[in-house]
Amino acid sequence: MNDTLPPPYTALQRHPMMPEACHDEAARFNFLTLFNRYLAGDIGRGNRIAYETRVLPAFRDIHRRDPETREEIRLAMNQDPFHRVWSALKRNSMEMRQQNGRQIVLRQIDELDARARAFNETSGLLELDPSIEQPVYAACVDIHCQPGGYHGGERPYDVTVGANYDVGLFATTGGALGSLNDGGGQAVVAWVKANRPNWHPERILDVGCTVGHNAVPFAQHFPDAEVIAIDTAAASLRYGAARAAGLGAKNIRFVQASGEDLSRFPDDHFDWVQTTMFLHELSAESMPRILAECRRVLKPGGLLLHVEQPQYGPDMPLYEQFIRDWDAYNNNEPFWSAMHGIDLKAIMEEAGFPIDHQFVTGVRAVPDKSLFPASPDGEEEDYGRAAIWNAYGAWKPQTASRVAAKEVSA
Amino acid sequence: MTQGLDWIARSGARAKGGRPAFFDEMAVDRLYSLALSLTAELAATRERLDTVERLLEAQGSISRDAIENFMPDSEAGEERGIAMRAYIARVMRGFQQEVEAMENPDPPVTDWVERLSRG
Repeated sequence: MNDTLPPPYTALQRHPMMPEACHDEAARFNFLTLFNRYLAGDIGRGNRIAYETRVLPAFRDIHRRDPETREEIRLAMNQDPFHRVWSALKRNSMEMRQQNGRQIVLRQIDELDARARAFNETSGLLELDPSIEQPVYAACVDIHCQPGGYHGGERPYDVTVGANYDVGLFATTGGALGSLNDGGGQAVVAWVKANRPNWHPERILDVGCTVGHNAVPFAQHFPDAEVIAIDTAAASLRYGAARAAGLGAKNIRFVQASGEDLSRFPDDHFDWVQTTMFLHELSAESMPRILAECRRVLKPGGLLLHVEQPQYGPDMPLYEQFIRDWDAYNNNEPFWSAMHGIDLKAIMEEAGFPIDHQFVTGVRAVPDKSLFPASPDGEEEDYGRAAIWNAYGAWKPQTASRVAAKEVSA
Repeated sequence: MTQGLDWIARSGARAKGGRPAFFDEMAVDRLYSLALSLTAELAATRERLDTVERLLEAQGSISRDAIENFMPDSEAGEERGIAMRAYIARVMRGFQQEVEAMENPDPPVTDWVERLSRG
């Protein structure tokens, strides 16, 4: 296979819940996959050139200084004709991916719903809780322009949104996540196996699992572990549990629950708590609560790992912060900008993970090398979707901190 | 096929959340939606034509079933991927050349007209 071409859609590994794409539906995804790569790489660099050659000089002429925030760059770039055109193409590409995916799913939703029901009634992998409400950050807009978000549906108990998420993720990411869209989960497993060899976690919690594409690899690679995958969205869980059952996973359960309230689990319960591309879909209010809950349910010595796009930080050039922020404003990711701008280490510390127990590392999807080239990076990287992540991790201290101990004794 | 649900209409559901306007004139936003969708549809049609050609070449006849279930092997997949990239490059030529012009700007050709006209 050519080292820059993703495989055709029809070559992807299939599982029993994956909607069947007809010839032209697959061809539309082939177009969008390569078009997204073209937008990110071939002409994506035009944004930086426009910025450096005309937007920045014009800003300096007006303000007699350089931009001081990514927001100033965003407002200036939004007036630039090239950036407008590029953004319009990218937004349309995202919207077309959604409509194409929904056509595939909805024309066969009767069969998909029946298949999901059959799996979920017999597998024992699904546990829904109708009392769970969608938090405002999950429901205020349809995240990444997916109609219905993760939680909506066309009729009660359907699997539309989960199936649509799964069927088109290949095109959205330019084919960077591998055959089963599980490059994130596979990358985390590879990191854990390399960095903690001979570790046999008994219980693993995946918070904000959506369709479980990143949690199923944990179940597969740690067959003795009990994996719990939680999300507030029943519509995604229904599909995810059926998908996992179809893939033959048995040691995973999909539970409808909010990361803000893990009271169904006792203290010191899990060896490993994982989130993957989840924190940026929360809010400033909920994130500390979720991190505190993650700490509470972790065993002393347990691992907390968040896979995310890189935090901005003071060392990241403002232009890069601006271009990484595109999804926040143009692809319905309203917490993206604030989340990537905060000092995550400080927030983790406040949640009870001392700085000297924290670490940051890089993980990169290397999916199925026979089919896939490596995800593009550098100027070619599709910011926001590239399969190159940072992992923000921490080990829970073996003994309670002095502050916590004082609170207990008080 | 789905019963009791207008799957075509519902597939085009709008995502909740105000859509950014990229151009001052709303009609330009609509034209971009139209042009890109047509570009994708032609891409799918070209891929279908390639499928028909390959099936005819291999077996001398085609059926709709054979088209719908056609899975290119890795060589054919690569050829089709390269053809798709070349197609995208042709459609996107104007944008690509705009990027190159920003990178290495030329003076307006009128400058040269004037200069070469001088005696």
